[in-house]
Amino acid sequence: MKTSKVDKKTYYRSVRMIPYDLLKEVTIALVGVLGLVLVLSAVLSSPDVPSVTLQTWSKADPVDFLTTASGELAGTTVVASYGPPYNSGSGSVQTWGPLAPQQWAGVHVPINAPNDFVLQPLTQATAGDSQLALALATYNTASGDQQQKWLANYTTGLGTATVAADGGVNVPAGDYGPVTVLMDRMLTLARSGGLDALLLTSDHFYQTDFSRPLLFLIDGGYIATLAEQQKLIGSDWGVMNETGRYPGQAWLWLYTMWYQIPPFTSHTGFLGISSANTDLAVVGVMLLLTALLLLVPFIPGLRDIPRWIPIHKLIWRRHYADMRRRAATGVQKA
Amino acid sequence: MTEDSAQAIPEPVGDDATGWTAAVRRRVEKTLPISELLPTTQPSYVGSWVYVFGVVTIAALFWVVLSGVVLAFFGSAWWHVSSLGHFFNSIHFWSVQMFFIFMVLHLWGQYWGAGWRDGRAKTWMVGVVIFAVSVGTAFTGYVVQQNFDSQWIAINAKDAINATGFGGLFNALNFGQMYGLHVMLFPIGVTLLVVLHIIQVRAKGVVRPIDDPMQVAP
Repeated sequence: MKTSKVDKKTYYRSVRMIPYDLLKEVTIALVGVLGLVLVLSAVLSSPDVPSVTLQTWSKADPVDFLTTASGELAGTTVVASYGPPYNSGSGSVQTWGPLAPQQWAGVHVPINAPNDFVLQPLTQATAGDSQLALALATYNTASGDQQQKWLANYTTGLGTATVAADGGVNVPAGDYGPVTVLMDRMLTLARSGGLDALLLTSDHFYQTDFSRPLLFLIDGGYIATLAEQQKLIGSDWGVMNETGRYPGQAWLWLYTMWYQIPPFTSHTGFLGISSANTDLAVVGVMLLLTALLLLVPFIPGLRDIPRWIPIHKLIWRRHYADMRRRAATGVQKA
Repeated sequence: MTEDSAQAIPEPVGDDATGWTAAVRRRVEKTLPISELLPTTQPSYVGSWVYVFGVVTIAALFWVVLSGVVLAFFGSAWWHVSSLGHFFNSIHFWSVQMFFIFMVLHLWGQYWGAGWRDGRAKTWMVGVVIFAVSVGTAFTGYVVQQNFDSQWIAINAKDAINATGFGGLFNALNFGQMYGLHVMLFPIGVTLLVVLHIIQVRAKGVVRPIDDPMQVAP
């Protein structure tokens, strides 16, 4: 008879049964774990570093903010050419041989960087600001080449810009066209907190999707600098860590480990896996490992390791000792 | 009452009752009678420290859910502005940490004891699924904290999710979607799977030690 088919009474035949109080055990576990958790909570608390806003960013590092904003307008940032699910670019599209799930899925969270991050918020802020309205009109009616020329000049100018005492940014004189006014208003909007709200604006009253402000933030360097100070960047196992000296998502250690080693970190790569498709490859490896873990009972070798490495002798040491004692004294099984 | 109407009174429903309800009842009674659901005896070999990790994992999950209910009741921003709220967040945080520690220890304990033997492969597989769903639950929790950790984890995780093609379906930057998943669908999923796991364990019983051949009638 297959052991998987026998009933529990038959399965336990010859097994010595001992008294057991399930509810008492559960109650003790609940009280014990609660006590442990209360002590940890009282002594160690939990992390809560305030979030970064466009306002705090523009005040702390206005040059980085303007560099990012002008980059969004020029379409030269990471998000501007990211690819699916944000747009039709290809800058961040990952493939593995013929596998291109990111490309196949298509655009589902549409982001038009120049329009969504700069032109639309500025257009909404033109009320009572004729200079901004004129600058927008000038920019929008200019040719693409002219727009890029102004933006390229402005970006070069930002390289030697200085921050004034009032928090404004002084860019050396140059041929920037209307970009000077546009960027000046972007900085003013951001410093007032208005840009945080404008990037959340949609056709609906209630807003819960922070895709646009978060994507704008990550295109800049400020939030990454803060993350580096907290040792949260990828090379510091950042995916599983969190702010302060807290354990974070320690259960992601294996997932995070792949980001630290070749070929996932290699530029040349191996078997088509390289730093160009790290995320896709790591997810693939983890899915494979999860499937192996799931199917351990059916995989010869993997399911036999517990017999080969007798840790079970430790787990059931009292039971085995009891069996040996019974055998030595000639006690027959029931 | 006429003789005819008296004869029309149906007989009490017995074990030979038919219909969906009777079939389900018989299946439940056969699979998990109350004596197995709430046992008063257990095999002597269960007296090992490794069996503690299962029940303390469930205990930690209980406190995770309870503290999560309190946090959800007062709203997602409450714990940032209230010291009591922050304390409940700490309880939630450390309950989750304990839940994962105990669950991993339980998993390793079951691996080295080859807990899938004697027809318990499904029990093992449900356990692995619980672990995977729990990782997803914890992830959604981290990205709805509404603080720096949420921002940084979400904007980094998006690349891995996008690379798989699921970035449009599962948008870590969408607080509303992540919050709904975290306080509703994922916890219900984990809880139901844990209930199923417990039923599997109680129905089949605890697997016998390795190299302890059972006596089965031929």
